[in-house]
Amino acid sequence: METKLMKGNEALAEAAIQAGCDAYFGYPITPQSEVLEYLAREIPKYNTKDHIRIVMQAESEIASINMVYGAAGAGFRAMTSSSSPGISLMQEGISYIAGAELPCLIVNVNRAGPGLGTIQPGQGDYFQATKGGGHGDYKLIVLAPSSVQEMADFVFLGFDLADKYRNPVMILSDGAIGQMMEKVTFGKYSAHKTDKPWATTGKPPTRDRNFITSLHIQPEKLELSNLKLVEKYREITKNEIRFEEVMTEDADYILTAYGLSARICHKAAIIARERGIKAGMFRPITLYPFPSKRLNELADKVKLFLTVELNAGQMVEDVRLAVNGKVPVDFYGRLGGMIPTPEEIVNKLENLISNKNVN
Amino acid sequence: MSTEDLTLEKNTDGKISLENDLHICALAENHDNEYSLIYEKPHTLLDIDMHYCPGCAHSLVHKLIMEAVEELGIQEKTIGIAPVGCAVFAYHYMNIDMQEAAHGRATAVATGVKRLMPDKYVFTYQGDGDLAAIGIAETIHTINRGENIMIVFINNAVYGMTSGQMAPTSLVGMKTTTSPFGRDPAVYGYPIKVSELISQLPGSFYVSRHTVNKNTSVRKAKKAIVNALNYQKLNKGTCFIEIIGNCPSNWKMTPIEANNFIDEVMVKTFPLGDIKVPKAEDLIPLNQNGDK
Repeated sequence: METKLMKGNEALAEAAIQAGCDAYFGYPITPQSEVLEYLAREIPKYNTKDHIRIVMQAESEIASINMVYGAAGAGFRAMTSSSSPGISLMQEGISYIAGAELPCLIVNVNRAGPGLGTIQPGQGDYFQATKGGGHGDYKLIVLAPSSVQEMADFVFLGFDLADKYRNPVMILSDGAIGQMMEKVTFGKYSAHKTDKPWATTGKPPTRDRNFITSLHIQPEKLELSNLKLVEKYREITKNEIRFEEVMTEDADYILTAYGLSARICHKAAIIARERGIKAGMFRPITLYPFPSKRLNELADKVKLFLTVELNAGQMVEDVRLAVNGKVPVDFYGRLGGMIPTPEEIVNKLENLISNKNVN
Repeated sequence: MSTEDLTLEKNTDGKISLENDLHICALAENHDNEYSLIYEKPHTLLDIDMHYCPGCAHSLVHKLIMEAVEELGIQEKTIGIAPVGCAVFAYHYMNIDMQEAAHGRATAVATGVKRLMPDKYVFTYQGDGDLAAIGIAETIHTINRGENIMIVFINNAVYGMTSGQMAPTSLVGMKTTTSPFGRDPAVYGYPIKVSELISQLPGSFYVSRHTVNKNTSVRKAKKAIVNALNYQKLNKGTCFIEIIGNCPSNWKMTPIEANNFIDEVMVKTFPLGDIKVPKAEDLIPLNQNGDK
């Protein structure tokens, strides 16, 4: 085990090396360029004659994601990273990757939008990440780190889940988690190699040709392919839901948040307790699959959920679907790269409690 | 293969064409009534009915590439990238590992494949809309990096799959469904000459333009494809083979008229022949080491 002080983006990049990432393709964009810079500097040190790892700056995010497609289709552990506008450019490629069932890792260090927006942190890409993003029916497995340690850990987890389900995995981070420095420990996880008999490595006489495609021109065949994906997403939902609960055992009020917002809500819950409010915090770690069942159970014993996001209200829709009207689900958000203080959140909670609709 | 497996049919010219369910070839009969093989479809081409229109160049170019792969003995080491366009189903016909890329992104996909497997032979197969319109950025940057791949560029000056819209390579005055009065350079500029353009980049190693509208041109095109695959061993850059294809369906011509149109009209804008050839000293390792 080795503990270092690192930036979130650099911890993620270091984890990629340790997780056996064979290929990284990316394009510079703030606030995540450190990933490409770190890998460009560090990956060549690990290259041997028998194992060449590739790090490449592509001409665009469009090229990056399609290079990932090629490398993943050839059976290699491939990844890319970007921030919101760049992730928008990748959506077509992500849809093809999902359709062709290629395992890969895509990192979005979310900044505030829409459009060019700003380089400050945001969570406005929740819908894009969890509801599809590109065209057609597909899902990414979406992991939301809320610390530098998780930036590293979720790379190992992400690659493993991608290989296990032949599905693209997204790490949905944000500008603050990517840029902040924290202690991070390596050595807990290691690289796993998965057999990929479907990969396009060149057709030997002993097997039929392999081809990677998302094209099924006959509707009957495409529907079968769609249903196979639906079944896979059902399996993922059954097996892979992850979340964290803080002080929820006796909580009357639960703050729901992920990523950077969850760090702030954790502190807000502590302050609320100091002010005599029995608050807790629920943090989805997998944004897809979403921990709906657990939220629904919690709804039986709490009076109110307050969802806090750095957007105009996106995950709150999934919380409401999960709670299904059992108790009120309210929302507090900041926009444009602005970040709420814990006190702001506690004040919002106090206002809601004093509102007679709540009790 | 043994001739007993085959159904024999005698043609009017005395030659025998043989066809069974699995393989197509042609044999010649000598004076002793023995047969000798004069033509055989490559085993690297699968026996699946192609979806191409009658007279289309695509099926022929597919066959040339697969012949080259078979003759070079590199089936096990070749990965092809199919485009979006008429050739989207290339992977149905070629008996090699293949990936189907998004529209215009074939060379980016090929980059991902080749960089990780530098000892493999990688090629893309793309039309003019795919390579020269939506994918021109990927095309130029891939070649500028000197990716060690072969790009086969089928230029028939029209969007075939979507049924006849104007392409970036449509000729001046050419009538298409989206330029019904003819391509007007004042509105849409001039046909882009990709081979000439990319031959300026140091990353391109071999650039050659061909057609497949008659026997002689087919042989030349085949030779260029064999060369381009062979050159991948040298690690010297991108080989770019442009084929002036026909499109009888969307040119509203018979196949013969379409093939004549290439000689009479298309080559004036897209002259045939080598545009960039390797220097003799670059080819020395290939001549010294003739292994496959």
